[in-house]
Amino acid sequence: MISMYLDFVRIRFLMMLAYRVNYYSGIVIYAINIGAYYFLWKAIFGEAETLQGFTVIQMSTYVAVSWMARAFYFNNLDREISNEIVDGSVAIQIIRPYSYLFVKMMQGFGEGLFRLLLFMVPGMIVVSFIFPIELPKDPMQWIVFFVMIWFSFLINSQLNILTGLGAFFFENNQGLMTMKRIMVDLLSGVVVPIAFFPGWAISVLNWLPFQAITYLPGSVFTGRIEGADVWNALLVQVAWTVVLIIPIMLVWRAARRRLFVQGG
Amino acid sequence: MLAIDVHDLRKQFKVQKNREGLKGALKDLFKREHTEVAAVKDISFQIPQGEICGYIGENGAGKSTTIKMLTGILVPTSGKLVVNGFVPYKDREKFVQGIGVVFGQRSQLWWDIGVIESFQLLRKVYRVGEADFRARLDELVETLQLQDLLNRPVRKLSLGQRMRCELVAALLHNPSILFLDEPTIGLDIVVKTEIREFLKRLNKEQGTTILLTTHDLQDIEALCSRVIMLDDGRIIYDGGLEELKSRWGKGREVQFQFTDPVSLAAVSAYTGDMAVRWSLENDVTAKVWIPREMNVSDVLSRVVGQKEISDIKIFETNTDEIVREIYQSGSAEAPRDLSALSDDNASEKEPAKAGAGER
Repeated sequence: MISMYLDFVRIRFLMMLAYRVNYYSGIVIYAINIGAYYFLWKAIFGEAETLQGFTVIQMSTYVAVSWMARAFYFNNLDREISNEIVDGSVAIQIIRPYSYLFVKMMQGFGEGLFRLLLFMVPGMIVVSFIFPIELPKDPMQWIVFFVMIWFSFLINSQLNILTGLGAFFFENNQGLMTMKRIMVDLLSGVVVPIAFFPGWAISVLNWLPFQAITYLPGSVFTGRIEGADVWNALLVQVAWTVVLIIPIMLVWRAARRRLFVQGG
Repeated sequence: MLAIDVHDLRKQFKVQKNREGLKGALKDLFKREHTEVAAVKDISFQIPQGEICGYIGENGAGKSTTIKMLTGILVPTSGKLVVNGFVPYKDREKFVQGIGVVFGQRSQLWWDIGVIESFQLLRKVYRVGEADFRARLDELVETLQLQDLLNRPVRKLSLGQRMRCELVAALLHNPSILFLDEPTIGLDIVVKTEIREFLKRLNKEQGTTILLTTHDLQDIEALCSRVIMLDDGRIIYDGGLEELKSRWGKGREVQFQFTDPVSLAAVSAYTGDMAVRWSLENDVTAKVWIPREMNVSDVLSRVVGQKEISDIKIFETNTDEIVREIYQSGSAEAPRDLSALSDDNASEKEPAKAGAGER
């Protein structure tokens, strides 16, 4: 049972490896993004020592680490699921004795693992030479960070699954997916750390799952969240992971009832 | 024991209505109108274990929808459904362990990995033991001659090669029921024959129940002892193929080619008061329709010797034609006055090669 799910991780990993051009272009895109945000923030800081409690070094570390975390948690499960529903190949998945959504999750994990080992690690090394960033020295901070991006992956994948399943209900799911993607990038703190949002927006965002994807692990990693607050941040992530299971179950159940396989 | 037991099975789909024009499009933006379309209308049938049953019907008759309900992909709107002792959509994970499915138009192999890796993955998915898997795979590979294909990625296989691999993929876990949705679509005659032979053997040796939908009636003739015919979501015929043929068979036709021109009156005179019907193809070719209960030789003996004949062809109604006519009339219950029908069509008919039939 478990060996089967692990096989899905392995095969996705191998498949990612097979498409090497995607891999190289991915590294370039991430490097450009990190560079662009680094120079943008440098310009915004100007002469200032700190902005919203961020020092320049903390900021560049935050930018680097949030993009690196994104490499791990990001996947295209929404598009994959949506496509499989639209072209009807989800039918094949349903006649197999496994949980479709769990298999998808595992495939996403294979993809994340690939990016973690082949993007994030080499990328982080390169970035630490070019930009002045400060990596934590406490090994505990590293461990917590890896646990937290695992939950980032879970939460982001759950949102992806939820969005992808939208294809059961909408003839064209493209709009929903684009909206989700922009919301995750904007509201999770990849583009702008949540501390920079106006007060009312922060209190709204505190009640949304997005901050748990990038902002919380990024803040822990850069040392902005310390001590007991770290456990709070982790708790928020765990809570969202559990809470998000409910709408997925509901949507999946409703979807099974109205599943309409194309071409039948 | 029944392999498949279906009572009053019904499936309705909600279909969105798109209103016309800009105004309609704006209205659609806020409130959608739906219409209910029934794809399968309260059908009932039972299939005992070990039977090969053909499920035929025109495009859109509801065949695939039925198969999808039987395999647990679709949840029926109403009705009772037991397959292999399970209600497919309820105990899905347990149920699918016991069935194999091949969709002719949809691959179940992983596109990017080698065939053998797909099989290995399926072994794990279906939790087949290593030894069982080996034995089963060797046997299947042997009978379907896949030795050379095993290490190729699926995307590099031809359709015929892929189809044989699909069959193996569907059978690795030794299912007791096999569903085939248009398994021979787009295949050449050699592969088609191979697959038919294989399915026959599978049914005989392992007792696998097979339900297949197809548009190729030769599949049905080669494999099925029973056919279920569907039209517009309803079963219009359920029974043996032979029975269907004899009920709908409409006698035979004999075409004579004379060396000299003939007239209708002249040829009709040869058979005198026999209940046959003559028609002229052109001035040297005449056709005679002979009802089923009459002997062809009786008619032949009357004609031969009357005039010089250069060629004789005998046509038997084949299944293709029977089914085409049933589709057109929409009912298998009451055959129409077929002699009249054959008269109407007479001028369009052309002898097909190898006596395959009319048109």
